Amino acid sequence: MILAATWDTDGLGRAALELLGAATRLAVELGDQVGLAALGTAAAAEAGGHGAARAFAIEGDRSASAGDGTIAALAELARELSARIVLLAADEQGGAAAPRLAERLSGTAVTHAIAVEVEDGRPAWTRPVFGGKALSRVTASFEPVVATLRRGAFEPALPTGGSASVEMRRAPAGHGAVELIGSEAAGEVASLEEATVIVAGGAGLGTPEAFSELEELADLLGGAVGASLAAVDAGWAAPDRQVGLTGKVVSPDVYFAFGISGASQHLAGIGGAKAVVAVNTDPDAPIFAAARLGVVMDGRELLRALVDELRGGES
Amino acid sequence: MHAVVLLKQILDWELPPQRFRIDPQTKRPPDGLAPKLLGPFEQNALELALQLEQAGTVEKVTALLAGPADAVEALRKALAVRADEAVHVEVEEVDALDPSQTAELLVAALRRLGPPELVLAGRQAGDWDHGQVGYLVAERLGWPAVGLVFRGESRDGRLHVWRIGPSGVEQLAVRPPVVLTVTSHTDLRLRMGSVIDLMAANRKPIASWRPDELGLGSADLAAARRLELGEVWVPEVDRNCELIEGEDAAEVAARLLDRLAGLELLERPA
Repeated sequence: MILAATWDTDGLGRAALELLGAATRLAVELGDQVGLAALGTAAAAEAGGHGAARAFAIEGDRSASAGDGTIAALAELARELSARIVLLAADEQGGAAAPRLAERLSGTAVTHAIAVEVEDGRPAWTRPVFGGKALSRVTASFEPVVATLRRGAFEPALPTGGSASVEMRRAPAGHGAVELIGSEAAGEVASLEEATVIVAGGAGLGTPEAFSELEELADLLGGAVGASLAAVDAGWAAPDRQVGLTGKVVSPDVYFAFGISGASQHLAGIGGAKAVVAVNTDPDAPIFAAARLGVVMDGRELLRALVDELRGGES
Repeated sequence: MHAVVLLKQILDWELPPQRFRIDPQTKRPPDGLAPKLLGPFEQNALELALQLEQAGTVEKVTALLAGPADAVEALRKALAVRADEAVHVEVEEVDALDPSQTAELLVAALRRLGPPELVLAGRQAGDWDHGQVGYLVAERLGWPAVGLVFRGESRDGRLHVWRIGPSGVEQLAVRPPVVLTVTSHTDLRLRMGSVIDLMAANRKPIASWRPDELGLGSADLAAARRLELGEVWVPEVDRNCELIEGEDAAEVAARLLDRLAGLELLERPA
């Protein structure tokens, strides 16, 4: 069994469909079946229609992102199914779960994979290293392999018309060593992962005030605000706005990069964008190499002009 | 509470991509390509440990590193910002170690140290970017782990930590022993050591342990390996950026929006 596991509850999101897509292709090459585990029945119920032969809903872990119960339940399920491969999204939860899951299954964790090929019956995983400056290929010495897949790197599973009844599994009670006290959830702030337009700023904007102008442009375009590591480190933007290898991996239609130089670790987060618009005073900035459209100009100046132009268009 | 910070020395991560190279023989950057520095997230982890010590939550901070001889510089740096003690597990060719082997060495060293109540690790080392070691150490010690932490505080007998969760910042209460993996944050920029501290750091002893002293012979280390590294290469970048120009910012803005609309990437609000 190749098991895709997601923390989704109400339905399968894009990342979960990408896991299913990768699982389906691996299953064909390895002559195996696909299973999906989700945290909600509604999400699990969609798996059968996207290539999964079996679907599992894990219940009982109420503070799932903090708790250990989901990881314990997934380990148990992987054992029960003799899973050869477990696929997770390379996000906050998947990144924390994969090494622990691999350890409990005496297997191997492979993180941040962007491609996989089967060579001599074994999957070989491609993953970025050195902050995205280089790529590496790795194979696992011990099965199962618990791999996290970078968002946007794999084609999502298409509807198959199939179905699978949802089997329930209960998460064991955690040992209580970690308790979720509360979350200052992003709330009304638009989700970066789901956004079709992202307006992102970096150190080149020069001032924290520029971020309120980014908000303005994002509002006008119905998009979300993102930030480079440098801007987050400077305290100009909240940490959950960070885009990059160590932040969110995004796949909008348009990604505006204002005053972002384009460090490899940032580029690693925007590879899934249909088009990057680079705005930087330095024409040699690496961001232009990743961009479809570019403007050599002070980011803040263009930011204001775009806001004016869009405002003008409205009146 | 005794806190141990897991450190790593890595190639300067600010090295621009156009200067970055991989030696296909060794599968790593050639020696001397750029200076080696204490990794960025390790700096954040060290800073968090020092802040917890200042707040009285932690009584002692030990810097622990498994790496080659020259990585001792990272431990000196930790002592220069007033880490209390430093331990070097000296291994050859640390880049050849996979996360499982690194964790094996660190766990053995942690056991010999005590073990402590709190272990802090960077979220991922900025060279191989696995992001596994902190979690593997936690599993092998049988401890819980909390990832992507950027703040900690002692409250009602528990350690409260703030971390990046899937949909925003989460506050968690943990009962040590626990492993925290630390992410970057504006409050976690590593402090500068004073000249006096720097000089004192050069005189402080650094414990140096060999793997076999920790019960790990070369066969044990080889058996701990889980990942086989294949090819490592620098991808080629194709430049096909179309520049938008104009007389002034307003014209550029209008042209840019038109072009994006023309590419059917953006609808211009009517």
